[in-house]
Amino acid sequence: MKLVTGIIKPFKVDDVKDALADLGVQGLTVSEVQGYGRQKGHTEVYRGAEYKVDFVPKVRIDVLVGDDDAERVALALVDAARTGKIGDGKVWVTPVEQLYRVRTGEAGPDAL
Amino acid sequence: MKVNAGDTAWVLISAALVMFMTPGLAFFYGGMVRAKNVLGMLMQNFFALGIVSVLWAALCYSLAFGGTNPYIGNLDFAWLDTVAKQAPPGFAALTIPPLLFMAYQMMFAVITPALITGAIADRMRFGAWVLFIGLWAILVYAPIAHWVFSPEGWLFKRGALDFAGGTVVHVNAGIGALAAVLVLGKRRGWPRHPMPPHSLPLTLIGTGMLWFGWFGFNAGSALAANGLAAQALVNTHLAAAAGMLGWLALERIKGGHATTLGAASGAVAGLVAITPCAGFVGGMSSVPIGLAAGALCFLAVNMKFRFGYDDSLDVIGVHLVGGVLGSLLLGLFAERAVNPAGADGVFFGGGFALLGEQTIAIVATLVYSFVVTGLILLGLKALMPGGLRITEDDENTGLDLSQHSEVAYAPDRV
Repeated sequence: MKLVTGIIKPFKVDDVKDALADLGVQGLTVSEVQGYGRQKGHTEVYRGAEYKVDFVPKVRIDVLVGDDDAERVALALVDAARTGKIGDGKVWVTPVEQLYRVRTGEAGPDAL
Repeated sequence: MKVNAGDTAWVLISAALVMFMTPGLAFFYGGMVRAKNVLGMLMQNFFALGIVSVLWAALCYSLAFGGTNPYIGNLDFAWLDTVAKQAPPGFAALTIPPLLFMAYQMMFAVITPALITGAIADRMRFGAWVLFIGLWAILVYAPIAHWVFSPEGWLFKRGALDFAGGTVVHVNAGIGALAAVLVLGKRRGWPRHPMPPHSLPLTLIGTGMLWFGWFGFNAGSALAANGLAAQALVNTHLAAAAGMLGWLALERIKGGHATTLGAASGAVAGLVAITPCAGFVGGMSSVPIGLAAGALCFLAVNMKFRFGYDDSLDVIGVHLVGGVLGSLLLGLFAERAVNPAGADGVFFGGGFALLGEQTIAIVATLVYSFVVTGLILLGLKALMPGGLRITEDDENTGLDLSQHSEVAYAPDRV
């Protein structure tokens, strides 16, 4: 089992959800996060005083998938989240050691 | 004394309008602080409605409007004694019930110290604020209101004009705010750590409430439903509009964007400056007054970075500077043709006499309010076991949780 994680632009979250649903992904978790990459932050101005805001709002998507699906899901996520402009984000894949379904107690790939 | 129904109806409404400005001010400031301090800011303002209203009825109204001493009122009206039956000295021509005059003036007494909350944002213990605002209403507001608003007061008698509170409200609170930030010190981390506003929509809601309530503040100060009230209402609205234009124009000229906070701040600056002038100027005079206020206050709000005092939400930059500007410009733009009880300013053939009296009234207010505000705070700092400021931990946590055991925003709570 793998965990596919993406940090993406917030307005892309619906496109990504639809693309993953088309691949048969059954569920995912979305969180609002902040951070910066090469894009860096932006400047805000209040009453003439400038404030540098380093952390840009992003959305983090976590999807648990079977080993065979990981690459397909990750690439679909990359495609759906891309605008081609700086700040599109990152996607990575990590191994998952064990997994349980809370309702039934099923373990391993059965819990996906 | 003959009570007029129309006048009474208008001042009843005006009292309610001015009351509405204090919650407006709360939101105006509340949006500008960080999310962890917004309830603390709202509470300091709402609490002004609590404590100052009771103090005003019990004591301050009498100190401001009782008796014929030029420097301080007496206790004739304390505890609302005889207020319902007797017009205050110098108000023989009053056409509204004296009890209504007391109530209308009460709302001014409430909002004036509340203006100071913007300067001392995020760092004062609530208990210290409770004592401070009570003492300030008695020792600072009541005497200065007596000097300027009571026909028995020494500045009124000299011929200084203040239609609705340029000196009594804005110069007074603005210089009090300077004394307060000097005694209290900066917010921890200012100006190194950015402390930008958390909700400008709240600030704009507050601006709308202030602008709306200001019609009661200025046009209500005619104390009658007549042409002078209409003149004051038109002046008030045009100055707010021009203030917004002046601020936004300078923002753009200096290379920035036109900002919503700039629009709100410019409108408030225009409203502040027109306050002393509202019933004494006519024609299009309110427009240059508003434009000048918007532009000058835009320049003034950056003084704090040069001089290093933490006037957190620019009470000095807007209310002190705008109040002084408006009170001085009245010396130029006043016309007796608009209000026979007023005077002619420099531009209307009156020479420099009025400008001189305006200057004396401003300086007297500056000196008295600065000194007494400073003494109140230094006294409280020495006498209160917890001092004036919240602890470093509490400042990091924020006023909301540390002073009131509440949080403003918890959308994820299920």
